[in-house]
Amino acid sequence: MESWLAIVVGFMYAAGFFMLLRRSLMKVIIGLSIFTHGANLLLFTAGNVTRVGDGVQLPIVPHGAAALTGAYADPLPQALVLTAIVISFGIQAFALVLVRRAYQAVGSDDLDRMTSTDTEEGALLHELPRRRGSVRGFLPWRRTRAA
Amino acid sequence: MDTLLVLPILIPLATAALTLIAARALRIQRALSFAGMASLLITGVVILLHVDEHGIAVAQAGGWAAPYGITLVADRLSALLVTAAGVVGLATTVFTGFSLDRRRERASFYPLLNVLLMGVCGSFLTGDLFNLYVCFEVMLMASFVLLTLGGTRAQLEGGLKYLILNLVSSAIFLTAGGLLYRAVGTLNMADIAEQVAAYPDTGLMDTLAMLFLVAFGLKAAMFPFFFWLPASYHTPPPVVSAVFAGLLSKVGVYALLRTFTMMFTGHLAFTHTVLAVLACATMIAGVLGAVAQMEIRRILSFQIVSSIGFLILGLALMSKIALAGAVFYLLHNIVVKTNLFFLAGVIEKLRGHGDLRRLGGLWRERPVLSVLFLVSALSLAGIPPLSGFWAKLVLLRAGLEGEWYWAIGIAVVVALLTLYSMTKIWALAFWKDAPPNEFAFTGRERDVREKSARRAMLPVVALTVVTVAIGFLAGPIFEMALATAEQLLDPSQYVTAVLGGVS
Repeated sequence: MESWLAIVVGFMYAAGFFMLLRRSLMKVIIGLSIFTHGANLLLFTAGNVTRVGDGVQLPIVPHGAAALTGAYADPLPQALVLTAIVISFGIQAFALVLVRRAYQAVGSDDLDRMTSTDTEEGALLHELPRRRGSVRGFLPWRRTRAA
Repeated sequence: MDTLLVLPILIPLATAALTLIAARALRIQRALSFAGMASLLITGVVILLHVDEHGIAVAQAGGWAAPYGITLVADRLSALLVTAAGVVGLATTVFTGFSLDRRRERASFYPLLNVLLMGVCGSFLTGDLFNLYVCFEVMLMASFVLLTLGGTRAQLEGGLKYLILNLVSSAIFLTAGGLLYRAVGTLNMADIAEQVAAYPDTGLMDTLAMLFLVAFGLKAAMFPFFFWLPASYHTPPPVVSAVFAGLLSKVGVYALLRTFTMMFTGHLAFTHTVLAVLACATMIAGVLGAVAQMEIRRILSFQIVSSIGFLILGLALMSKIALAGAVFYLLHNIVVKTNLFFLAGVIEKLRGHGDLRRLGGLWRERPVLSVLFLVSALSLAGIPPLSGFWAKLVLLRAGLEGEWYWAIGIAVVVALLTLYSMTKIWALAFWKDAPPNEFAFTGRERDVREKSARRAMLPVVALTVVTVAIGFLAGPIFEMALATAEQLLDPSQYVTAVLGGVS
């Protein structure tokens, strides 16, 4: 079971890295997502994937015993995986919104065209269009009309 | 003791919540953030004094014994860095109030800044590998939004590059952590240190060490992984660049210091040679980039990369005096880098841009600003008696004692080039006459900008005083750094404090 999971994890890492090397931003984000899920699965595998039965215990020390004796599935990595999934979910949601906004600002999702951080000289890159008013349309996850 | 160690995480969290509640009242937000950062600084100093007197302080959350519960640990390095984070946070809050445009300031800037500080302090204090990961993510999440706040095209592009590279780093960190847990069955750093030393398969441990090196190297902007930093740090408003330059990349260096002085010390000939080579490559790449740029904040961004190289070189040499030099350099660099970005912000405020070709005549127009810039720039370049000189002197001496002559040669050349790139800013922005048809603000716009620039000088002056103080109090501070290095070189102190000590 573990070797199968290991192969799957390896495949996911390879697929994730391949997608990360693409020029299209959307594919890069999908690659990141596959890559992080690979890492999550690896954490899961690290916790001894077993089922109860055939001498495999629940990870609870029985009454009167000092420690677990037989094989057991370690619950800690599963807790870690849950945390990691929640974190990566939040960050990927932000990444998707950022991609959408960048796509609107640049007019393309080609990474080769996103070079204004390196080529635009002299201008103040953070200067906002002169416009009074509310904060709406201003936070990175809201759309601005003047872009 | 328990509460004291929790405070550096709790204070920014509470401040962030309170500033969110006061979202509509900007003045209250400023006051709250100022109070929060000031109490963070005071807490840092109290922890530092406590650690200095009683040795390493440990807090076990909920009273669970060490390898099972969540552990917070403060040794000298953590305490020093929390204090430095407090200084930077306080200066940043003041500088924000005086320099940032209202729209950004209103759009939850202060809550984000405080969450960022929470992640930074959490990373410095945690004694658990997975909590380190969580603190990194807290810090990154806040930094993503800070970087893109305002949503101009360059910010979005820079933010994407920053985000993608940091996510890759996080996933690699997670991989390394999972594999290490599988191998040694623990996540508590003190416990890991003991288990790794006893682990039979050194090849596996070397591999894991390299995985951690990649994960933290990406965060710290080390040589082959530094490209995201100069592509993103100059895009947001200067105050954001300043706090990123002062704290964020230093967290990566802190993680490297922790990992490679405590956990992976069994095979120094391999791990620390890799570190030394990468450190030298980082220095060269950073300084050459700095020499080639023509804009103040771009030059400073590349200088961050170069100084990361110096810090890692101190770690790679792995002697007491070298680590002391690295700690001294870390403290000096946090203050000076933040201050230089503040100064770049003031110049951009006055002139509307930071392009060296179109700047000029600042010396004649603003002598005070020029002197303040000169102090920080020369300190970064390492001119005596300013703080950067002592840091570099100690590192060079450590290199000579360890007979790392090639590394020392590279460091000296890089230091010279650093001086060159700083004098380039000085000569082009301050010394030369203003270009004939230079664009200048007029009327009310000029008055507003001048007033804001004058006020923004307050935190600049404060940080310059700190820089000069580090230079002139080099003796006592270096002794503190030596004591820190002693603790780092003797992980058994940390291990007994966490696993055997009574909190």
